Amino acid sequence: MISRRHFVQAAMATSALYGASGFGNWSRLSAQQVLSQEDLIGTGGPGNVTLIHVTDIHAQTQPIYFREPEFNLGVGLAEGQPPHLVGAEFRAMYGIEQGSALDYALTYDDFTALARTYGKMGGLDRIATVVKAIKAERPDALVLDGGDTWQGSLPSLRTRGQDMVDLFNLLGSDAMTSHWEFTLGSDRVREIVEGGGLNPAFLGANIFDAEWDEPVFDDYRMFERGGTSIAVIGQAFPYMPIANPGWMFPELSFGLRRERIAEVVEEVRAAGAEVVVLLSHNGFDVDRQFARDIPGIDVILTGHTHDALPEPLQVGNTFLIASGSHGKFVSRVDLDMQDGALRGLTHRLIPIFSDVITPDAEMAAAVAATRAPFEAEMSEVIGTSGSLLYRRGNFNGTWDDVICNALISQRDAQIALSPGFRWGAAILPGQEITREDIYNVTAMTYPNAYRTEMSGEMLKTIFEDVAANIFNPDAYYQQGGDMVRIGGMGYRIDPAAESGNRISNMTLLATGEPIDPATNYVVAGWASVNEGTEGPPIWEVVEDHIREQGTVTVDPNATVDVAAG
Amino acid sequence: MTQTRRQFVGHGLAVAAAFFGLPHLASAAQVEEALNAFTGGADMADDGITLIAPEIAENGNTVPIEVSAPGAEAIMLLAAGNPQADVCTFNFGPAAGSSAASTRIRLAGEQEVIAIARMPDGSFKQARQNVRVTIGGCGG
Repeated sequence: MISRRHFVQAAMATSALYGASGFGNWSRLSAQQVLSQEDLIGTGGPGNVTLIHVTDIHAQTQPIYFREPEFNLGVGLAEGQPPHLVGAEFRAMYGIEQGSALDYALTYDDFTALARTYGKMGGLDRIATVVKAIKAERPDALVLDGGDTWQGSLPSLRTRGQDMVDLFNLLGSDAMTSHWEFTLGSDRVREIVEGGGLNPAFLGANIFDAEWDEPVFDDYRMFERGGTSIAVIGQAFPYMPIANPGWMFPELSFGLRRERIAEVVEEVRAAGAEVVVLLSHNGFDVDRQFARDIPGIDVILTGHTHDALPEPLQVGNTFLIASGSHGKFVSRVDLDMQDGALRGLTHRLIPIFSDVITPDAEMAAAVAATRAPFEAEMSEVIGTSGSLLYRRGNFNGTWDDVICNALISQRDAQIALSPGFRWGAAILPGQEITREDIYNVTAMTYPNAYRTEMSGEMLKTIFEDVAANIFNPDAYYQQGGDMVRIGGMGYRIDPAAESGNRISNMTLLATGEPIDPATNYVVAGWASVNEGTEGPPIWEVVEDHIREQGTVTVDPNATVDVAAG
Repeated sequence: MTQTRRQFVGHGLAVAAAFFGLPHLASAAQVEEALNAFTGGADMADDGITLIAPEIAENGNTVPIEVSAPGAEAIMLLAAGNPQADVCTFNFGPAAGSSAASTRIRLAGEQEVIAIARMPDGSFKQARQNVRVTIGGCGG
């Protein structure tokens, strides 16, 4: 009824779909070069200013598996451009050998096999080792955190972000911006920022008081390093009250505010900044547009959309750096300053292979201390995975398939919705699923699994609205998530179509019948942005489902039919 | 349990109107009429006027709008998709420090906001921006 044919076209893939092992080069992996910590960290380029960028770690202090997307369509000016390249296209663009360590780190192909070869990535103790190694060479290096730091794990949820605040203080973070931080509630954010326990400058030139239309936090921080004056301007996630529950921070307004950012750039230049860095949580496509529209920014450290690019992307005189997510990568950027102006830039995307980089003992101990109160609870095994479970992709992720199946079975629903979040670690086939693993894809402050009725018309409205946010040809209208995940219903999507006409062929999978606009369907979902949403937390629903299943296996998802030219 | 849906519907109504052509909004003729009444059908330049509006409204009931057109003697604001497109006209006398104003307006759904400035020499300038009003809830 609904085929995956168009998926293949959409990816322009000549290679395999999930699970197909058509490459025949796995045996070559045994001939891989032996990775060393020194080679991974490398050395920097010329210059006297060094920036270290970590972003979107989502409270992942432990090494994890994280599969990069198989579907990551660009629209408008971003069509076919980085970061909207996957698999073979990505390898071709950056000269990455298939089956290599970087292929594993940066693409999705053969993920399970490569993950077994190269192991988990990330780990805050390994990141600390890298930061210390860079600082040993460049003591003045700035550590800049792009945000989405205080949310995404059981310990961060239970401590309301305190574990990550303390650990990033220890890491030596100099400045940060924000997104999910505000889902702890604005009172909690103010408590952290104004309480004196946060070392990095908390920057957000686009965070305004909703009533008085005035800036709330610092716009920027000036740093003197190596005889150079560096302005770091913060840009928080622009669509905070739209994409996340506005009632949790009702007094705050966000937005792109590009005119305001342009003013701040002029202000810091006037104040003597020789280099202007935008520490951004805009998302890559928005930042690319910022680079086109706002003069005077030298470097944009991008975040939010979780892209990892091995090279800077240059737009005019602005360099965009994309450092991935979940602690998989650290970016080192060396700026060659001459006569008060930027003359050259060297970038190194350092992959954090956890089996190669030695944990920093001091950070490892600090991390262990934050986890200790929850260790017994987190380590309980709930079940086993029979499939590769992952999050990323424009249209579905197998972890969300499990969540949708859990919602349908545990909440007795016809249709299930799971938000298009991009955070959450992957689980390999055969791997035990612990309670910590479940929290790694669900830990947030509005987890209630609602059960309600929605008309076919409302479902269409929701899907069109989300599609218009993701596939709007104008980057300024994109919010940066992926499509809402669906269980129990199939549909066809034409990302290039006009707003309101992207979604068609909506089908109730249980009966094979078209969704009727006038009929009400029982829908279960989670992460509603509405205040007062009722229902059990999603992690309980998923845990019950996995316990019942024992071994969780998901079939290849055939519910979304993607039209692509 | 039922609250969720009610709120979802509430949020969605404006969007639903845009998608499904529910009671719709100012007609193009009404916008045209307001424009003509202000400009007399004159041509309008696209420079010399700045309209600042959010790309996506945080709250469609109160959308902050800023407009400036140095030297203008009047600026008219239109919300092309509202039941009544005419929002307001700012008049600037000789003693005005600048020809700029900011206000908050209510938008009935995704639509274009239009600002037209009348200059002392009788010429006109315009700026337009599309403002989306969405259900939201899916950024991640």
